[in-house]
Amino acid sequence: MAKFQSLHDAVRDNLKDGDIVAFEGFTHLIPHAAAHEAIRQGRKDLTLIRMTPDIIYDQMIGMGLVKKVVFSYAGNPGVGLLRRMRDAIENGWPRSIETVEHSHAAMANAYEAGAAGLPCAIFRGYRGAGLKDVNPEIRTIACPFTGEELAAVPAHRPDVAFIHAQKASRRGDVLVEGIIGVQKEVVLASKRAVVTVEEIVDDFDDLHPNLCVLPHWTITSVVHVPGGAHPSYTHGYYERDNAAYLEWDKVSADRDLFTTWMRKNVLEAGPEAFAERVKGL
Amino acid sequence: MTTISDFMPNEMMTIAAARALSNDDVCFVGIGAPSAACNVARLTHAPDITLIYESGTIGTAPNVLPLSIGDGELCETALTTVSVPEMFRYWLQGGRISIGFLGAAQLDRFGNINTTVIGDYHKPKVRLPGGGGAPEIASSCRQVFITMKQATRGMVETIDFYTSFGHGEGGDHRQRLGITTKGPTLLITDLALWKPDPETKEFTVVSMHPGVTREQVQETCGWKVRFSERLEETPPPTELELTTLRELQARTERAHGGKKGS
Repeated sequence: MAKFQSLHDAVRDNLKDGDIVAFEGFTHLIPHAAAHEAIRQGRKDLTLIRMTPDIIYDQMIGMGLVKKVVFSYAGNPGVGLLRRMRDAIENGWPRSIETVEHSHAAMANAYEAGAAGLPCAIFRGYRGAGLKDVNPEIRTIACPFTGEELAAVPAHRPDVAFIHAQKASRRGDVLVEGIIGVQKEVVLASKRAVVTVEEIVDDFDDLHPNLCVLPHWTITSVVHVPGGAHPSYTHGYYERDNAAYLEWDKVSADRDLFTTWMRKNVLEAGPEAFAERVKGL
Repeated sequence: MTTISDFMPNEMMTIAAARALSNDDVCFVGIGAPSAACNVARLTHAPDITLIYESGTIGTAPNVLPLSIGDGELCETALTTVSVPEMFRYWLQGGRISIGFLGAAQLDRFGNINTTVIGDYHKPKVRLPGGGGAPEIASSCRQVFITMKQATRGMVETIDFYTSFGHGEGGDHRQRLGITTKGPTLLITDLALWKPDPETKEFTVVSMHPGVTREQVQETCGWKVRFSERLEETPPPTELELTTLRELQARTERAHGGKKGS
């Protein structure tokens, strides 16, 4: 049953040192506020799963929270590379990290398999691709009916998922709209799920019957954080802050600049700062 | 047909790429240069083309070029938006896509693409973003178009990593791996159009853009270039094509505060 909590308490109760955790959002609805809270609480030795690690994973890696990243595209979308993640991979700063790399198709299938309670995902993929030579978790399986050789990867079963969404009802049901990415799959694949939302409404009685709604009994904790996806966006609420993504390229290029920026904007700030950041977007 | 002599090589590349698309195509649009070409096609000769981005947006018609593959503009102008697992399972793996349009950091003569690492995978000189959707776009779309600016560090003799499989070592390598789709059938650069040789599958220059010399094509390419015996000249951009592209880019710059979309 969904509990309504402060962001501090939701992260404290649900994210432990050493956890396998997915902060998901496919460009849209990225849970920035929740990731910042994890950084403030100084979690250690996390294994991060994400299709598209971007700014928040760059920040968590740069702050030393992470021992391993499972991913399929690590870039600053529309801007370039992830400089903190690169510094960790290429130079071991602030610590070396292990990487497990997949394609998007594999990651999406692995989340779906996790949500479906299966041990692995099977799909037609990786043919001729080099990743299967460097990632031992990419295997093959023969179709028992046709003999076709298919790719198999382990299901994703995170300890905890964090997502951002548009709305929760007072009961804790959650509505996700727009580019929904893997928001539903990651919640259903994870043991615990924390959702930050823009708005809490009385009920969902007037919604279209086929919208993407996660029932309250699939959610562990709901947190009201207006603007909580910034500089990502929330469809229907505010647009993507493209200037912030460009700024990150500069901030993340230098270790000292990064550390100073993180202290001012993350360590010494709180979730209430996000509402201000999305004004005018 | 009105032609314009004053155009940039980049503009010629985008327009030549746009011309390769038709109204009936269902096109999976990769991040980077392909997006501009696909939208110029939609705004000129192929208004009914179906553009699909891996964020799940099907039949999208953005007014400005998206900065990322998941911009809200793509969803707002799409016929429908599906989840990412559905996109990769039903639409891509299900064989619904006629053309996959990819960019490349490194490319070899057989259309194999590297967007993963420069140097050794385990000790990379440069860690690039990775494959994203490309490994399966390259194998599941009925055919693949590639677009990139020519440069010796991009068009190389041997790529450092096989992110997306093109024609492998050439010939029937795809079929030997059980891949039933055609793979790369067209390469559009800022200097020329290239098509794979029917037998060897090596990319061969079939058309050079106006004013481009064979020497320029060779100087900016890391492998020994083969030219078709029936080498053509790419028709220059028409006024409509060029105006459409420039207006699209101007709208994009205004919308993104000076940053060009991809």
